Formats: sequence, structure tokens, C-alpha cells
Amino acid sequence: MYLYPKWIRAWHVVNAVIFLILIVTGLSMQYTDKENASYVVGFAKAVRIHNFAAIVLVLNYIFFVTGNLLTKNGSYYGIGRKNFISDLVKQFKYYSIGMFKGEKHPFPVTEERKFNPLQKITYVLALYVAIPLLIISGLGLLLPEITITTFFGISGLILTDILHITMGFFLSIFMIIHVYTCTLGHKPTSLFRGIITGYHVSEEE
Amino acid sequence: MRLFIFRIIILLAIINFISINTYGSPLVKTEKDKVQDTISFVSPFEAANNRCFKCHGQEKYEYTNETLGRQVKDIMCSERILHKNEFYSSNHRSFSCTDCHSEEYAKFPHSGELRMEQKYNCIDCHGGDEKFAKYHFEEIESEYKQSTHFKMEDDGFSCWKCHNPHTYKISVRNANNLKETIAYDNAICLNCHSDYSRFQLLSDKAEINIIKEHDWLPNQASHFANVRCIECHTKINNNIAVSHQIRPKAEAVRLCNECHSKNSILMASLYKFESKEQRRDGFFNGIILNASYVIGANRNEYLNLISLIIFIGVLIVIGVHIAFRIRNKSKTFKEK
Repeated sequence: MYLYPKWIRAWHVVNAVIFLILIVTGLSMQYTDKENASYVVGFAKAVRIHNFAAIVLVLNYIFFVTGNLLTKNGSYYGIGRKNFISDLVKQFKYYSIGMFKGEKHPFPVTEERKFNPLQKITYVLALYVAIPLLIISGLGLLLPEITITTFFGISGLILTDILHITMGFFLSIFMIIHVYTCTLGHKPTSLFRGIITGYHVSEEE
Repeated sequence: MRLFIFRIIILLAIINFISINTYGSPLVKTEKDKVQDTISFVSPFEAANNRCFKCHGQEKYEYTNETLGRQVKDIMCSERILHKNEFYSSNHRSFSCTDCHSEEYAKFPHSGELRMEQKYNCIDCHGGDEKFAKYHFEEIESEYKQSTHFKMEDDGFSCWKCHNPHTYKISVRNANNLKETIAYDNAICLNCHSDYSRFQLLSDKAEINIIKEHDWLPNQASHFANVRCIECHTKINNNIAVSHQIRPKAEAVRLCNECHSKNSILMASLYKFESKEQRRDGFFNGIILNASYVIGANRNEYLNLISLIIFIGVLIVIGVHIAFRIRNKSKTFKEK
């Protein structure tokens, strides 16, 4: 089943590479020390790479949102159906118990339904909540002069920074879980193959 | 373009600040700015001092020219103007002018020789005095002697180039007045380092351009507004509140990590007051949250701990899941 068009695959690979760069350089800045100036990459270099990668991420994100608006890909992320919570529980139960009992996937992948309810909610949170917050707070740090000075007595920059690293952290955690859940396909490697070739292989095929 | 505009704004702000803080008078004065007696302090030497302020307290002065036989109005040299309010709110307000200046100044016109008057330095009065021991004036003196400024002492550099004895007012840094302290302290440096007419008195350099010299510094405007020049240009001394050992240009801090790290040098300089407060309370992390700038990002211990717990939790869940998958697979395999 051809599920991932070229533009999605291109966006995905760029996003993945940029994210890894942002995580490494972000950690380098966060955990830098005077005595340990070259933690992973040196601070000054980390700032430059982080800034550049962030701009690429923003452009890539605009590309993704535009693509979702212009193609039917956007509809895969639709949540808010009546049974959404119970569907979510069903999917969670499948991952935690059902799959070990050899049960069938409750929401098999079809051309109309690319993502299961659990995927939908995490993708929407990651792509439409965390990334915009990450980008906005990142811009606030890139151009500190536009950031509000104080917010209820606490430095606006500190709050912006906390928001930025919190979002960065959650997206990093998302990435780990995302990579792991991608081993839950027909074979541990089949979903990885799918995002490279564009073809999804399900158990039924 | 945005950076350029911000540089211009910050430069204008600095120039504006200097104009009201320079040794002497503001560049532009209006009727409103005229000296008003708003200071409650009454000097025991008020009457005697007023004789000096009569001419030196404003932009113009009057005297009787005996050769012409009439009153003459003239403009007072800006370097010789001292506003009464500023003096009477300064640390040296209880002095009489002639405590430091020659009694000969009582005569007018002043004798030309008085221009050669030997001026006191800080240490002349403050050195070896128990009352001022906590300020460590001797250490400040010895720091100054190792400073790059000291090399110019024979050319006329002295404490007064930076600290105006007539207006100097000690201020204690705290979280609320930090920005003012930064602007005040930076204005002291910029007084010469951004004003070529003053700079050339001590240097033969053909030009000064602070903005260009600091071109390498990211977010220059932000740095200039949030840290003092001395943060990078002095060697820290923990015994004194403000380091006085200005180092040569080549030794200035250029590594981002020096400030943007957990053990930021700013903790021993600009934020020293907070470090002390927090250390006393045994809660070091508060400094970073209170600090007005992101130094070393926010290395909040609680967030670090929470993130570590979440991270380990995720790895455990994945690990357990993998273990079950392996067990399940071998079971299915055996069944087959």
C-alpha cells in the first residue's frame, strides 16, 4: 500500500536529521561548562549550528503545514471523533496486553486511516502544539530584544527559555518513543522501510 | 537590518545616558533643568561652599571686570561645573570645597598657579582607615596598579577619570537596580571609550569604535544592556565588590562559556550579591531563576531531575516492552 508520498518522506527525513542536530547542539548549550568548553560541540559552534538548523526546521515545518493544507494528508490527523477516548484506550490496551496475546490490530492501517488513535494524538500534540511553541520560544531566544522583559516578576527570557527546553525535551522523548513504536510493525524493520520506500506493509499483505 | 537598528538605539541610549552622567554638565540644558534645592541635607559648610557654587554651580557666571569697570557674563567651562544637588547627594557631601581644594580659591580671579594643584586620590583619604576597611581600598589600589589604566598614570590617569569625587554615590547592587547599575557602570567606561575628545587625552589611537570592536559578539545590544564592560575586561577579585584590574584587550573574555555556563563568571562579579544571598540560604538554584539573563540556559535542578526521571521511565517502559516481545516471540516459536 503506497502511503507516504515523496514530499512527506522528504519532509520526514529533513525533520529527523534537523531534530537530531538540534538535540545535540541544544544539549551542548544547556550543559556547557567553563571547564568543559567542548561538551559535544563547543558552545559558540553549537549556537551557530543550532540557529541555522532551527531556521531549516521552521522552513521545513512551513512546507509540512502547507502540504497538509493542500493535500489529503492533513485529514489523517483529524481527532475529536465521538469514541476517541475509548479508541485511545483500545489502542493502548493493544500495545500493553493485546499484542502479546496475538490479538489483531484494533485500527489496521488503510489508505483512509494512516494513523491509529494513539499516533494521532501524539502527532497532533507534537506537530501542532509542541513544535509551534518550540519555534515561538526559539524565536524569542534568537531575538531576545523582542521578548517581554518580565512576566509576574520573573524574567521573560527565563520563562521563554524554560518553555523552549521543556518543549525540546518532550519532543526528544517523543522521538525516542516514535522510533521504538516504529519497530512494532509487521517486522521490526518494516515501518522504517515504509517511510523510505513509501510503501506500507501490513500483516494482511 | 534589525541588528543595525538596535545598535543605533543602544548607542543613542548610551549617549543619552552619558550626557546626563558625565563629569560636568548635561550636553543640553533647559529651563526646567536648572538647579533646584531639593536635597534635604544641610552642609555645615553651606555658606562657604555657596561662594564656589555661585559660579561653578551653573553654566554661566558673572564677575566684575575691573579693567573694563563693569559686570561681565561668561560661559563656565563644562568640566568646571558642579551642580549643588549632585554634590549634596554624593558621598562627599559633608565636605567643604576647601577641604580638598586650596584655600587660595577663595580669591577671585583665581591664581593661574592653582591649575597645577596636586589633587588627592582615593587612597590618600581612604587608605589605612578602619572605617573604610570593608571596602578594601588598599586592595583596590593594588589592583589598579596592575591595571592597564595604571600605565597611563604619568599621562594623567587617576581615580577621578572614572569616579567623579564630587558626585560619586555608592550604590549597592540588588535584583531591582541591576539595570541601572549596569548602565551607570558602563557609562563610566564609555565616558572616555566612546568620546574621542576625552579618549585622545590619554591615547594616540586614531579612532575608537566600540560597536565595531565588538562585532563578533552575538546580540551585541543585549549584551551591552545586560552586562557591564568590566565583566569581560577585568580580572575577578573576590575580596572587593568591583574588580579594578582592567586587563589588556588581548586578555578580555571571548569564550561564551565563561558566562553562559553553570559556573558563570558573572556569579563572581555582576551577580555576586545574589550568589552571596543564595549561598547563605543554601539554595543556589534561585540565582539562576532570579537572574535577569539566561546564563548557561536555566540549569534548574528540579527540571533536571524531573526530566531525568521521565527519560529513565521511558527507557524502562521500552525495556520492559522489548522483554515481553522477546518472551512472547520465543513462546510462539516454541509453540510452532
